[in-house]
Amino acid sequence: MMQSYIRGLKAGVPIGIGYLSVSFGLGILAVSLGFHVWQAVVVSMLTLTSAGQLSGFHTMCIPGQYMEMLISQMTINVRYSFMSVCLSQKTDSGFKGIYRWLLGFFMTDEIFAVASTEKSVSRSFFFGLTAAPFFGWTIGTLLGALLGDILPERVMSALCIAIYAMFVAIVIPQVREEKSLAVPVLCSVLLSTVFYYFPVLNRISSGISMTVCAVAAAVIGALLFPKKPEEEENTDE
Amino acid sequence: MNNSEFFLYLLIMSGSTYLIRAVPFALMRKKIKNPFINSFLHYIPYTVLAAMTFPSALYATGGNVPAAAVGLLAAVLVSLKTKNLTVVAITGCVAVFLADLIFSVLAA
Repeated sequence: MMQSYIRGLKAGVPIGIGYLSVSFGLGILAVSLGFHVWQAVVVSMLTLTSAGQLSGFHTMCIPGQYMEMLISQMTINVRYSFMSVCLSQKTDSGFKGIYRWLLGFFMTDEIFAVASTEKSVSRSFFFGLTAAPFFGWTIGTLLGALLGDILPERVMSALCIAIYAMFVAIVIPQVREEKSLAVPVLCSVLLSTVFYYFPVLNRISSGISMTVCAVAAAVIGALLFPKKPEEEENTDE
Repeated sequence: MNNSEFFLYLLIMSGSTYLIRAVPFALMRKKIKNPFINSFLHYIPYTVLAAMTFPSALYATGGNVPAAAVGLLAAVLVSLKTKNLTVVAITGCVAVFLADLIFSVLAA
């Protein structure tokens, strides 16, 4: 149990370092929008989500937009539900009940991506995996909120690419291992490009269009290249 | 913004984010047998990341699209060699920084 915790802890370190730079940017943004340092940090600790916080900080600046906040957060974050369902298929027998209620909090894109490469996910591995990302996210926000103005603009804008580079590093190696994955991934890129540049479509909020593109592309992938059951590693079937 | 408004917003934001993560995770107990749904669930994380990355990443670096494109390309090339998230992230940042520097020198 301790061993798998430590293995998870180690697997989470690169995510934690990646999160440091990304949340640093969010900390800067929050303070520049007029938030106190403690507010930026509390939001990061309790939400732990990049796109959701990016949108959320902007919404909070306008009073009374509670319904908008709820709808935009649900749309941006609905992908976590897919990930939770997906990972629920891979957890071992000890990872259930209260542990899922507690550890479900930490379901981020990157934690999910790393956990889903495991054959079977134990709760101690998952708990270990969440530690570095959580502290990286919190400390990065704090440092960004405190030090934001000190760094030159050119350094700041370069740091903004970090989160996307990390996404690339999750997708590309998997495509190399699994060639059929290239089709849904390219479909998704193509669709989101269309949504970004096409008139009318580009007025749809980014959270909604992202979900539409990702779901459509995954459906195309599932129709064209259904995974064989033995590849799913559902050993208890 | 006063504190009560901040905390109300915070509650909506973190509460909805938590529930959307934890409820499906806690309540899905059975293994899904449907091959279509399993395939869909297998593909969704990657299509989500792909849609989030492109083309948004091009506009992430304060409007300097060419520099962002260089950074993204550098990330793709390095990730063909390594799975290490940190190495790829740092490479992307350094590439953007250098490209930005070079482009601004060329433009001057």
